[in-house]
Amino acid sequence: MTALPEGAIDCDIHPSVPSVQALMPYLEDHWREQVVMRGIDELNSISYPLNSPLTCRADWKPAAGRPAADVATVARQALDPFRTSVAIANCLYGVQLLFSEDMGAAFARAVNDWMVKEWLDKEPRLRASIVVPTQNVEMAVDEINRCATDKRFVQVLLLVSGDTPLGRRHHWPIYAACEKHGLAVGIHAGSSYHNPPTPVGWPSYYTEDYVGQAQAFQTQLTSMICEGVFTKFPHLKVVLLESGFTWLPAHLWRLTKYWRGLRMEIPWVDRAPGDIVRSNVRFSLQPVDGPPDQESLLKLFDHMQSDELLLFSTDYPHHQFDGNAALPDGLSPELARKIAIDNPRATYARLMETVG
Amino acid sequence: MSRHVVATAQEIPEGGRKLVTVRGRPIAIFNLKGEYFGMLNRCPHQGGPMCEGLITGLREAKQPGEYLYSRKGEIVRCPWHGWEFDIKTGQSYVDPDKTRIRTYPVEVEAGAAVVNGPYVAETIPVSVEEQYVVVEM
Repeated sequence: MTALPEGAIDCDIHPSVPSVQALMPYLEDHWREQVVMRGIDELNSISYPLNSPLTCRADWKPAAGRPAADVATVARQALDPFRTSVAIANCLYGVQLLFSEDMGAAFARAVNDWMVKEWLDKEPRLRASIVVPTQNVEMAVDEINRCATDKRFVQVLLLVSGDTPLGRRHHWPIYAACEKHGLAVGIHAGSSYHNPPTPVGWPSYYTEDYVGQAQAFQTQLTSMICEGVFTKFPHLKVVLLESGFTWLPAHLWRLTKYWRGLRMEIPWVDRAPGDIVRSNVRFSLQPVDGPPDQESLLKLFDHMQSDELLLFSTDYPHHQFDGNAALPDGLSPELARKIAIDNPRATYARLMETVG
Repeated sequence: MSRHVVATAQEIPEGGRKLVTVRGRPIAIFNLKGEYFGMLNRCPHQGGPMCEGLITGLREAKQPGEYLYSRKGEIVRCPWHGWEFDIKTGQSYVDPDKTRIRTYPVEVEAGAAVVNGPYVAETIPVSVEEQYVVVEM
């Protein structure tokens, strides 16, 4: 295993909302009463079923309840062992799945306020992403503007599978707000399940759902490039979280090939897609898909044509590696440092404002 | 460098093109508003015959959704994969740093001048009354 430099910046960890009860103090009266009246006891997505071996590594699993549900546990399991200087908390909760815009906005506010009080205020090593009600772009922007005053929010969190491709212009007010506030756009694996999670319909098994996330990421990356998001917002940083990255070189070969023939259809894309990715898009490290040997992985890094694309992540508490082997074998100390420290710093503008 | 008479001017009207061979090389001749341009008839990507390409204009955009259309008739797209090239310069719009089509200077000369030469009239008979397309190679 490659040694992880001290002071690594972990760009993807997942504190859990332990239960809807934990959000009650942060919900407005109407919604607090609705939780009781409707008998809402869970708002977790099926993206990470509680007993799936991926959802929580065995040695991080609590005796009961959801993993990573309190700050002391997260510090002990996710921060201390990796000598992490900063970790970015991406809370995966069922906010984006709701069909009611008002309910989505109310729960997004509650999750973000809960994140501030229960996590950021208690653990100085934590930063967080703003959860937004993607059901309604204006409400999402309102929530970004409300939370952005707290510089410990460094990113806006979107799910990779929503209702429409993320390049479409009706999403752009979100990107404008992110660019204005110096927030990255983090696109995380997961779905609102308003559409099938694969492009060909509903799968039967969890493996199909999880593996298929990579295709959703490819589609979103293609959408954002072709629709001109990076032409309109040249300073925007988009981070693909828990996306995997082994598919990137082949996908860029394909996208570049067809862009060359059809450039005139989208003349605002005035750079090759690979150039756009290298200036504006980053990828969290975990999960590292399973290349058969170290040599194959290093060859893949060559194909990526940049050592600035990957950002260290453990994806805690998801089970992506064992022990402390968060970095794959065979990385040079220079590359390990770039992934663990330099690349995250260059990506998250707000990290540099709040971290020495 | 020598000058080769390849066609009469009438054979390639405005907006037209003609494939000729000069010293064994296939050259596509284009007439843009009365001015003639020559380009190797081989796309640098995979060798597509440029002379059969779609002639179009240049599309640019300062922002998404914009189609600034200019230089109508001055861009040719390879018939095989659609890569765009500037007929006047051979410049590619998808890979300008690494990809370019070889271009050749083309002029129109009066028949009287051509007869007196130093020209190599490889393919066509020349008469003093006509105007001729001359490729320099």
